[in-house]
Amino acid sequence: MTMRVDLPEDTLAGVLAKAFGNRSFLIGLVITLLIVAVALVSFVWTPYDVTRLVIADKTQAPSATHWFGTDHFGRDILSMIMVGARNSIAVALVAVGIGMGIGVPLGAFAAARGGLVDEALMRVNDLVFAFPALLSAIMITAIFGPGAVNAIIAIGIFNIPVFARVARAGALAIWPREFILAARAAGKGMMRISVEHILPNIATLLLVQGTIQFALGILAEAGLSYVGLGAQPPMPSWGRMLFDAQTRMVMAPWMAIFPGMAIVVTVLGLNLLGDGIADILDPKSRRRR
Amino acid sequence: MSLLKIENLSLTIGATPILRGVELTIAPGEVVGLVGESGSGKSMTALTIMRLLPHLARAEGRVTFDGIDILAASEDQMCALRGDDIGMVFQEPMTALNPVKTIGEQVAEGIRWHIKAGRAEAEDRARKILDRVGLPEAKFPLSRYPHELSGGQRQRVVIAIACALKPKLLIADEPTTALDVVLQAQILDLLRDLVSENRMGLLLISHDLAVVTEMADRLTILRHGEVMEAGDTARTLSEQQHPYTRDLALASMHVPARPKPHLAGSAKPLLEVENVGRDYPGRRISLFRPAQPIRAVDDVSLTIEPAQSVALVGRSGCGKSTLARMILALDKPTAGTIRFRGEAITGRPESALRPARRDMQVVFQDPYGSFDPRQKVEKLVAEPLHLLEKQPAKAESREMVAHALNEVGLGSRDMDKYPHEFSGGQRQRLSIARAIITRPKLVVADEPVSALDVSIRAQILDLFAELNQKLGIAYLFITHDLTVARAMADEVMVMHEGKIVERGRAADVLDRPRSEPAQALVAAAPDLHRAIARKMQEQG
Repeated sequence: MTMRVDLPEDTLAGVLAKAFGNRSFLIGLVITLLIVAVALVSFVWTPYDVTRLVIADKTQAPSATHWFGTDHFGRDILSMIMVGARNSIAVALVAVGIGMGIGVPLGAFAAARGGLVDEALMRVNDLVFAFPALLSAIMITAIFGPGAVNAIIAIGIFNIPVFARVARAGALAIWPREFILAARAAGKGMMRISVEHILPNIATLLLVQGTIQFALGILAEAGLSYVGLGAQPPMPSWGRMLFDAQTRMVMAPWMAIFPGMAIVVTVLGLNLLGDGIADILDPKSRRRR
Repeated sequence: MSLLKIENLSLTIGATPILRGVELTIAPGEVVGLVGESGSGKSMTALTIMRLLPHLARAEGRVTFDGIDILAASEDQMCALRGDDIGMVFQEPMTALNPVKTIGEQVAEGIRWHIKAGRAEAEDRARKILDRVGLPEAKFPLSRYPHELSGGQRQRVVIAIACALKPKLLIADEPTTALDVVLQAQILDLLRDLVSENRMGLLLISHDLAVVTEMADRLTILRHGEVMEAGDTARTLSEQQHPYTRDLALASMHVPARPKPHLAGSAKPLLEVENVGRDYPGRRISLFRPAQPIRAVDDVSLTIEPAQSVALVGRSGCGKSTLARMILALDKPTAGTIRFRGEAITGRPESALRPARRDMQVVFQDPYGSFDPRQKVEKLVAEPLHLLEKQPAKAESREMVAHALNEVGLGSRDMDKYPHEFSGGQRQRLSIARAIITRPKLVVADEPVSALDVSIRAQILDLFAELNQKLGIAYLFITHDLTVARAMADEVMVMHEGKIVERGRAADVLDRPRSEPAQALVAAAPDLHRAIARKMQEQG
């Protein structure tokens, strides 16, 4: 007799109660919501127009009129960060979507089929994984020209193997369980079992990975636009702003400090959120405080 | 002078009371059995003696071991006691050993720590105790790792660790529950010998009344954290003064009523298995020789008639479950054919199997693992319904689920619950509801009651019997528990090393086994009647 006692599945109320007791989840959630709110507000209102250049106001230090100062073209840095947030979030979100949309079915399929199919898929996966995102972005840019869409594709491709691996590992742990055997005895096919039983059971795993990939996506977008492969001017982006600030670090340090802060805070917030979700949903990683 | 004395012990974890006023004494050389169903506080009593209680647990009362007040002792004092004067054997030999250390290291560890022995001396003692528990160095060198040993051998290592320093008290918490009956008998013999050799006290914790009766001089029956009855084994069980003792004994020997027993040869066979074999690729031993396949099932033939109940018994690893999976078409045989209602199901594509699957369902052992934790009961029980030729509409399917739930003694209200809201016995009922919803002709049940408490188990066996009588379902029970086979089966088949070595009427095979493996099985199987009779003789 082997007794495997599953921890009771949590009710919604239980999950919420736990969520509000989890500090890293709460901080992460607040930061993330704040950034998203800023990005949404930028659609309807920014303190200044980010495309209008006012050379007379160039490289002004932070003041009451320009809270975060202005850049070398006299644009308001706060406004640029707000619009840049929109861009960063959009790129990261779509990239995670691509990664999940292609990677998860791939991983689940590999786990379900096993054998040679699994082996072949995962080796191709490793190949993509080993390919630096920057390199594939340069390749894509070389073919299609630079731009936000191409950055999305490059980051998205980089995300596919990550999700494929997580989905496959999760699915492999679920497949030998008896309820899968019961479903097979009920005559359900591989596809149906994957959709009905496997996916719901690895959903939390994917949610956590999604949050982390989202943070990495924002970093990657900043990196790509820093080297000029992301969003093109006059569309502001955080990475581009850092690049512009680089030569003026001594003269106008605020040009680097504020976009840098934006990146750090966003990534930190998302990582805390991911950690928090993992703690709340996965009984095994729950730490005693 | 008693070795261990527990007086008025009460235990709470958080706000939950676990134990109330428990009394227990053990004298040197005495075997005391602690019996109870799951959640009765057996293991918590043991952990209190070891002071290994979980966080937030508070114990009150008095526990005296060899003159030491355990509940007031310092942690340092307890560390000196644990493993030296008090040894403990756990249920699960798979997890009680550290997989990355050799068995020699693990046995020597405690010796070196407690008596500050040098490496060589500790190893020498480890060698001796391993030899004593039946793992001689010639065959089982100290450098073996736990994964290289079988379950029974691992449990011997656990016992060696516990007994290495000749403790005054050994606590064995369900030491044989994870083992098959033959191994169980061997381990129990070993424990009995160790007790008499060293005048060790043994606290044997078990849910199995028969095992405790065979072993214990006295027994204590626990329920909901309270002692129901305590006393000499023979007297307690023969007089059965307390109603709970009687319930427990009756449930252990329960035989469900089946007014219409099946008559063999009365109909055309429902299931025919012909010369079926299953090979698994083996490990390559030499570079130059091809790997020898491992034959899990070897040339097995059998038939099951409609409404017939057949038990397939055998030791663990004999191929019972592999055979069951092939019958259910979840695994492909490497030889032979399986016919269901005259049609072959081997070598056919999944789509051609639908009619067979509809009439052949399965109930698994583990009531916790056999349900997807993230789906509601309605969807889980309705799972086989998609095998029907005409897909039932939503309302119709709900009705069928409600009906099936009613048949297994659950209510239609339970449809919107999740599996974790049910107890182990209720989940097994759900499992049966799922199996009978398509009105199958054959249900394969793989150890369907071995994870359940005796009283729940009696209820589930009753349910199986009732469904057999009412719906005419044929059963293939796969079990290592001969009492289940005796209670449920018209015919019993004994499997040994992949072959079926004996088949016949249940009473014939179980009372007068002819083949050697069957005889070994029957001799090793604990039997409450026999155990009580033997104890009566011993204790007068």
